[in-house]
Amino acid sequence: MLSERRSAASGALRLKPLPSFIGLLDWAGVIPFLLFILLFLILPSLYLFVGSFQDSSGRFTLENIRALFTPTIMSAYWVSIRISLLTALLGGVFGFFLAYALLSEETPTWLRSALLTFCGVASNFAGVPLAQAFIFTFGRMGLVTVLLREAVGLDLYEMGFNLYSFWGLSITYLYFQLPLMVLVITPAIEGLRREWREAAENLGASPLQYWWYIGIPILMPSLLGAMILLFGNAFGAYATAISLTGGLINLITILIGNQIRGDVLHNPNLGYALALGMVVVMAVMMSLYYLLRRHSERWLRQ
Amino acid sequence: MRKATLWNWFWILLGLLYFFLPLLATFHFSLRARKEALSLLAYQQMIEDTRIWQALLYSIQIGLLTIGLGLLLMVPTVYWVHLRARYLRPMIEFFSLLPFVIPAIVLVFGLIRIYSGDPFPLTNTYAGTDFLLIAGYVVLTLPYLYRAIDAGMTAIDVATLTEAAQSLGAGWGTILFRVIVPNLRSAMLGAAFLILAIVLGEFTIASFIVGLRAFGPVIWQVGQNRAYEASALVIFSFLLTWILMALINFVARRAVVTSGPR
Repeated sequence: MLSERRSAASGALRLKPLPSFIGLLDWAGVIPFLLFILLFLILPSLYLFVGSFQDSSGRFTLENIRALFTPTIMSAYWVSIRISLLTALLGGVFGFFLAYALLSEETPTWLRSALLTFCGVASNFAGVPLAQAFIFTFGRMGLVTVLLREAVGLDLYEMGFNLYSFWGLSITYLYFQLPLMVLVITPAIEGLRREWREAAENLGASPLQYWWYIGIPILMPSLLGAMILLFGNAFGAYATAISLTGGLINLITILIGNQIRGDVLHNPNLGYALALGMVVVMAVMMSLYYLLRRHSERWLRQ
Repeated sequence: MRKATLWNWFWILLGLLYFFLPLLATFHFSLRARKEALSLLAYQQMIEDTRIWQALLYSIQIGLLTIGLGLLLMVPTVYWVHLRARYLRPMIEFFSLLPFVIPAIVLVFGLIRIYSGDPFPLTNTYAGTDFLLIAGYVVLTLPYLYRAIDAGMTAIDVATLTEAAQSLGAGWGTILFRVIVPNLRSAMLGAAFLILAIVLGEFTIASFIVGLRAFGPVIWQVGQNRAYEASALVIFSFLLTWILMALINFVARRAVVTSGPR
């Protein structure tokens, strides 16, 4: 069918030069795209990649890669990874519960569509304004902080909470992680057939048994895939972190940002290696995501 | 009430609380620019601050040019691949989704290192930096644009439409702009609004390439020293995002809108 259409199309186009030219002509149509990608994606990435393996005079070295494993740099990666793991997990679990609740038949349609639209907005509402909104809410003079202190006598900051710290940043990240999870997982939940649940109930399964033996195993690849997406989303975040903490938290993106502004590591090549390390982590995550998604699609298609 | 219903409502109410508290707190703060009473003073200050509107105008222009360049690049490419070279599709898809793996901070790092010196000294001129910013944004938003256009192309029968147009004597320009593009209208519009939403709020790339000329960095700067005006600006930018998302929903009833990189 496909090849039929192709040959029919090329017949109509009267493009039947010598066979060896056909391939070349096919490539000609994608050259502008490839050129653009080469100039603005591949070359910049390659520059950082090559620079990671060079010393200051341009000779090959593995010293920069080795320097990544020193405590200061490792701790930046580690804080970034921890915050991404935490917000992916919390956002993933809560987002799943919220999405499931929204899709339940008992939820009024207007509420469902209003909240789903809101999720679209919130997952795109990140960065500087988001950080500021959270300062107005949970900052030292924020509405919630003041209300809790004056009405309930609960001083968040005396209890050890600090918005400009790891946990504060995590709560802020959840504002885009949670809605993203809702959007990504909704199709998978919609793919859960009613018949599966009914069949399980007819055979005497309790809701818990249904979820443990049927629901969760079916959704698992989608859930994991979505959480990996959330991980990448948080791992690359820079704007939210810098405007919330002013750069005081030791994240890998903030370290790279400082390195771009002025060579804070006193070694440009080590800066390139930092970026390379980020891309490696992202590449591993995205490959996992791709594999899981293919797996889950196969499952849901049957 | 059933236990399951109670459970569902618990999560919905918790979600509502979490989603609306920050907006409520910001709005509440924005009304308190005068000590004595609630007022719209913060909004007045925001409206009178010309730098904000200049920056917004600049970012809108950059956003529109990003959409234009992106469409010009992707529509013919995806069309060609669908029509003539389906075996190239995995390669195009791979490169189009690659920006997901390169965080914005890494992308801008590489772009600055390559284009701030010979042989392409783009950062020496205003036009050069504008172009570098637009190119960066095209790369950043490429995954969304590619998916939208590819899905749109898959939904229509490209080969038949092309043959029909050709048998009626249409040339390539006519086919592309008067046959293919109108059929992709909703896919292209949806992607365009999403790109605009991403570009208008973008901070990372803008702050390193053009600084305070763009909207995102200006929001940041206002937040550094004028808190009340900043709260009004947060409300404004939230509404702006909301409008753009509503437009996406409007052009495609069930658009799958995933988030932009941050």
